[in-house]
Amino acid sequence: MNYAQHVLTHLRKDLRLEWRTKDSINGMLFFALLVVVVLAMAFDPASFPSMTRQISGGLLWVALLFAAMTALNQSWARETNNSVLDAHRLSAAPASALFIGKALANFLFVTAVEVVLAPIFTVFYNLQPLGQTWKLLVILPLGTWALVVNGTFFAALSLRTRNRETLLPLVLLPITMPALLAMIQATTAVLTGEFEPTLWIKVLVAYVIIFTTACVLLFQTVLSAD
Amino acid sequence: MAIWKDMPTATVAKPDERAPARAAIRPGQGTSATADAPAAVELQRVSRLYGSFVALREITLKLAAGSSVVMLGENGAGKSTLLKVIAGLQSPSYGQVTVFGEEPRDQRGTVAYMSHATMLYDELTGMENLTYFAGLHGGSVPSGGSRRAHLRERAAHALTEVGLDPANTRRVGEYSQGMRQRASLARVLLSEPDLLLLDEPFSNLDVGSAHSMITRLLAYVAEPAQSGLARTLLLTTHQAELAQPLARSTLTLSGGRLVALLETGKAAASRTSAPMQTGAD
Amino acid sequence: MPKWAQGWLGLTVIVLTYGFYQAMAAPREATMGNLYRVFFYHLPHAILSFVFPYLNLAASLLYLFWRKRNVERAAAADAFALASAEVTVLYATIGLATGMLWGRAAWGIWWAWDARMTTYLLLWLLYVCYLLVRSFSSTGQTAMISAVLAIFAAIDVPICFMSIRWWRTQHPAAVFGGGANSGIDPSMAPAVLWNMAAWAMWGAFLVGMRYAIERRRQQASNAEALGILNDDAAMAVLTHSLKEVR
Repeated sequence: MNYAQHVLTHLRKDLRLEWRTKDSINGMLFFALLVVVVLAMAFDPASFPSMTRQISGGLLWVALLFAAMTALNQSWARETNNSVLDAHRLSAAPASALFIGKALANFLFVTAVEVVLAPIFTVFYNLQPLGQTWKLLVILPLGTWALVVNGTFFAALSLRTRNRETLLPLVLLPITMPALLAMIQATTAVLTGEFEPTLWIKVLVAYVIIFTTACVLLFQTVLSAD
Repeated sequence: MAIWKDMPTATVAKPDERAPARAAIRPGQGTSATADAPAAVELQRVSRLYGSFVALREITLKLAAGSSVVMLGENGAGKSTLLKVIAGLQSPSYGQVTVFGEEPRDQRGTVAYMSHATMLYDELTGMENLTYFAGLHGGSVPSGGSRRAHLRERAAHALTEVGLDPANTRRVGEYSQGMRQRASLARVLLSEPDLLLLDEPFSNLDVGSAHSMITRLLAYVAEPAQSGLARTLLLTTHQAELAQPLARSTLTLSGGRLVALLETGKAAASRTSAPMQTGAD
Repeated sequence: MPKWAQGWLGLTVIVLTYGFYQAMAAPREATMGNLYRVFFYHLPHAILSFVFPYLNLAASLLYLFWRKRNVERAAAADAFALASAEVTVLYATIGLATGMLWGRAAWGIWWAWDARMTTYLLLWLLYVCYLLVRSFSSTGQTAMISAVLAIFAAIDVPICFMSIRWWRTQHPAAVFGGGANSGIDPSMAPAVLWNMAAWAMWGAFLVGMRYAIERRRQQASNAEALGILNDDAAMAVLTHSLKEVR
């Protein structure tokens, strides 16, 4: 039984649970859609195409961030419902595999939301990117993983606190600020075509590597606490 | 039935009487263990506080490998807390806990804990749940065989042993209380733990189901553990007479204190592995 | 307060006073006049608020290391982590406030999203969030949660620092060219250095005081717990006396 098999076992379980309940994806999708609509009312994107290109990257990520937050708070509820988490804490399987499995599941959920949201966003905001659009295929997954890996970790951390729903955004937002900056900048670079996103993609890669490592190393500590 | 010689009384926790507050439960003559058999569980002056509420008060206790202990006490006596502390799910506020000579958290996988909560996913079927946990516990996969088939086989075996049908497609959330508890027991026994900690396993069960669960537990405890030591069982219950066959020793908690420790006779005589009605061993 | 701490406080006050004298006696700056003197307070606070987070990180790592090995030392490390985080927030707040004063005088606006100010703002946010989490977490797990968070925050600080610099150089804002970047005139060096030393000493004193108070609180709650555990007369007296100290 190796590590990858453990990760796959957890991932398969999370996907199956989501398939049966559809708790996260439906909520996230609708929430993201609402944020996009509300922001459209605030900025009137259709009339000012160049301004829209400037701010769309930020708007898209803000919508995704808030949507992901609703799902992240729920993602550990599955484990705490019947105290399944206690079974995990007593299991000999590596704790970080549980974490990676869940982070991957959340990553897939948020990616699914992006796949649906991206065309809607383009249509609603009358968006015509001027840069190399294919680079978004690198930026979106990297940015999503950066949000999700820390989000999953801090959601687990806030299980041990009072008012955990409030706590997650309070912790997640400051910690992901550099990643948010990088993904917004990179997306804006692609949409406006005014500068190269390369530097920001590098920042994202560095951020993702550093924080994934930190999460994996510290997860056992968080899980085994009372 | 004899009161243990240096049995601690209700005054265990009084600071001036700390010295004799120590007792050992030794396994019955039926097992190979000797008087100084390795301790499965050892607690040294363990206390646990929740704020200003004292759940456990200076408990010193040693359970030899192979003991089979029933813990009694009214609600709030600290039974559940004691089990959680031994499982390593909660750390003691003061004192030392060792399980097989190590920190409880270093014994993950050899200890299993069952409580009121099923520790199963409501949205999955019994079989899916058990296959998942079989995958986590790993164990050796016979060479040549498919890993997935092997896990399913183990899960099906565990379910059959507690009298549940592996082909049942109902989700655990739709199970009756009794079925949930059996599924929960199947999950606990699946990992073949050396130390079993059961919190009220017979509550909400009718007498027949409880008896078959007891039969299954007796059979399980009778088999030797992977480590070569005898398997150890510690359970809490309100139904003392029901758990009688499992009680080679009885331990009573009151107000977080260990107040009585009785050797209730040689349960070993009745420890013949009778299969449950629906499954074979 | 022990004798040596009183001595340290006295020394700190002397150095602070001398630093103040130096700051006021330094030559008037050509363009900003006397208002620039806030710089002598801004610089030490801003620099030191990047030092305390790493004391916090070190204490948090020590806490995680000692957690299972030595409960007493772990508690001490946690107390130190709390003390250094609080002083970080204090110094970052003063750094931000003096920075805004400087900005108002130099650029005519209170707040500019320039690289330094944004970085300090993020640093401030990170450690305010750390303190918030501490106050939110259920008792018993506070130390572990905050130690883990401290590691994340400390990793985040340099990443923030670098990415915000890149962000701001990519969209250069000409107005903010000058500022502290233009180097320090030698005639101002003594004032800068004395104030630096003075505020470092003051910070160390605050951390020490806060640490001692937190340790006392820990001991008091420990004694209280033991008192509940052994409702013993002698223990009750000890708890009582510790409460009075607090």
